[in-house]
Amino acid sequence: MWSKSIQSQSPCQLATAVLLNPIMTELIQTHNLGRHFGDIKAVDGISFGAGRGEVLGFLGPNGAGKSTTMKLLTGFLSPSFGTATVAGFDIVEQSRDVRRCLGYLPENAPLYGEMEVAAFLKFVCEIRKIEASRRKAAIDTVIERAGLSGVLHQKIETLSKGYRRRVGLAQALVHDPEILILDEPTDGLDPNQKHDVRELILALAKDKCILLSTHILEEVEEVCSRIVIISRGKIVADGTADELRTRTASHGVVKMRLSGAQADSVDRELSEVPGVKEVAAQRVGDEVAVLVTPTGGDFSVHNLVEAVISKQCRIRDLSVERGHLDEVFRAITETVDFSGRP
Amino acid sequence: MVDFANIGAVCRREFSSYFATPLAVIFLCVFLVLNGFFTFELGRFYEIGQADLSSFFVWHPWLYLFIVPAISMRLWAEERKTGTIELLFTFPVSLFEAMAGKFLAAWAFLGIALLLTLPIVFTAYYLGDPDGGVIVASYCGSFLLAGSCLSIGIAVSAATNNQVIAFVISTSICLLLTLLGYDPIVQALHKVFPPVFMEQLTNLSFPFHFEAIRRGVLDVRDVFYFLSIIFLGLFSGAIILDKVKAQ
Ligand SMILES: Nc1ncnc2c1ncn2[C@@H]1O[C@H](COP(=O)(O)OP(=O)(O)O)[C@@H](O)[C@H]1O
Ligand SMILES: [Mg+2]
Repeated sequence: MWSKSIQSQSPCQLATAVLLNPIMTELIQTHNLGRHFGDIKAVDGISFGAGRGEVLGFLGPNGAGKSTTMKLLTGFLSPSFGTATVAGFDIVEQSRDVRRCLGYLPENAPLYGEMEVAAFLKFVCEIRKIEASRRKAAIDTVIERAGLSGVLHQKIETLSKGYRRRVGLAQALVHDPEILILDEPTDGLDPNQKHDVRELILALAKDKCILLSTHILEEVEEVCSRIVIISRGKIVADGTADELRTRTASHGVVKMRLSGAQADSVDRELSEVPGVKEVAAQRVGDEVAVLVTPTGGDFSVHNLVEAVISKQCRIRDLSVERGHLDEVFRAITETVDFSGRP
Repeated sequence: MVDFANIGAVCRREFSSYFATPLAVIFLCVFLVLNGFFTFELGRFYEIGQADLSSFFVWHPWLYLFIVPAISMRLWAEERKTGTIELLFTFPVSLFEAMAGKFLAAWAFLGIALLLTLPIVFTAYYLGDPDGGVIVASYCGSFLLAGSCLSIGIAVSAATNNQVIAFVISTSICLLLTLLGYDPIVQALHKVFPPVFMEQLTNLSFPFHFEAIRRGVLDVRDVFYFLSIIFLGLFSGAIILDKVKAQ
């Protein structure tokens, strides 16, 4: 019920801004954006862009500055320095236009607990200037998308965490914004609820620009088309999951299990293959396990396999390591010193 | 540029939230009981033998001193505690619109509380022949006074998360503005300050303008005074809120 595709109704006037500014292809664009709280450099000069159809995952340890960046983009906080545009509007000068064009789910999905779900969504429609004639359709659409039909007349504070998060998402979607900013949308949910939320995000992704933050690696792999890793207020990596994985030490390592009379001496042969940096061989039972680390460049698995076959070895098993995202994550964020940062 | 539809939306949401808990009803009861106590016990409504409501309205500045901050203290503290302030201000709403919406909701609620005291008017009519114009003017004055206390309270509640502190500070400011027009205090101050200065000072006080209206004359200057206080409160509240909303 979450992933039903819904016809989109053209929402806000952001199209105009995009048309007026033909160079702009990115719906979110930041330039050296920063926010300090006294001595704490919560966001310390970050620049990135995100366009339509993109799900940009903001990845980083707690206290990295993800939420602060989102609060800057949504106009809740004003930047200490730098600029950013959302849908072509400046986040400081045209804050109200920015806020009209985006849907935002704040961290922990704060909601007016004493209100019933239906009354709350009606309030959001009013404040979002959805005309009375389109209101019912807009509300019905998000109710369906977020699977809220069973709890419409329940007070929000009596809902389970999963349902509250759905209300938070519904609230962000009522005006069918082209830009969605979701701060840890799956945090604190159980695995099934996490799955539901991810399905919804994927269903929305096609014609929107979504910025979401998380510290769950499997989540970015599953839903994000691009990943920005931030640490101590700075961007330390920006790319697709595959690109980031190439940064791992184990990326491209070839693992083989060989058998045959000359298997034990195969390692010398293999280190002659162009582009091979290191070969490690070890006998396991009647097989030899070989690990080949390439230097990159002119290395090819084809040459490697030919060398093995020329030694009359039999390849029992062969795999190429893709690398691990969590390794990258740890490598570039583990230098973070958490002292004094709550 | 102020968007009145936004003020309306915030106001309606806020107003209906009062009635989501029994607190509103309890508040109304307390208000009526206190009013009755002041009027009949301290004001000796029956004993005075006059069919007018001055013994009812005369207590209102003192009553609002405590009643209004009790309402206003939670207006922003609550939003900050639950984090909904982040939701509210990432909607396309300005600080002033949100401020005004919340203010109007609370003011309307105080208006309802005032309307519920109407039986005392009927009593006065039953006992004698009071001046209807004076009564209407007094109600207007009382409502404006309540609004002024409220706008001070809402600005203070924007400044602090702590509801007790908000209550104490709002009450203190309202008390100051009340005492500046309270006769014993005015007489004491007259011995210290020159008359010109004292005139300006009392001009700033609640009682100076409230008493004028209570006599039955809805003078533009008095109404303007209360409306100025209200705007000043809301405006400064919006500025304070901008500084502190994210903390
Ligand atoms: N209002 C604030 N006042 C002072 N420090 C803050 C405030 N908001 C965030 N910070 C600090 O900024 C840093 C980044 O916080 P945040 O953006 O919430 O990180 P994340 O969302 O990545 O976990 C943290 O060290 C946090 O303590
Ligand atoms: Mg966060």
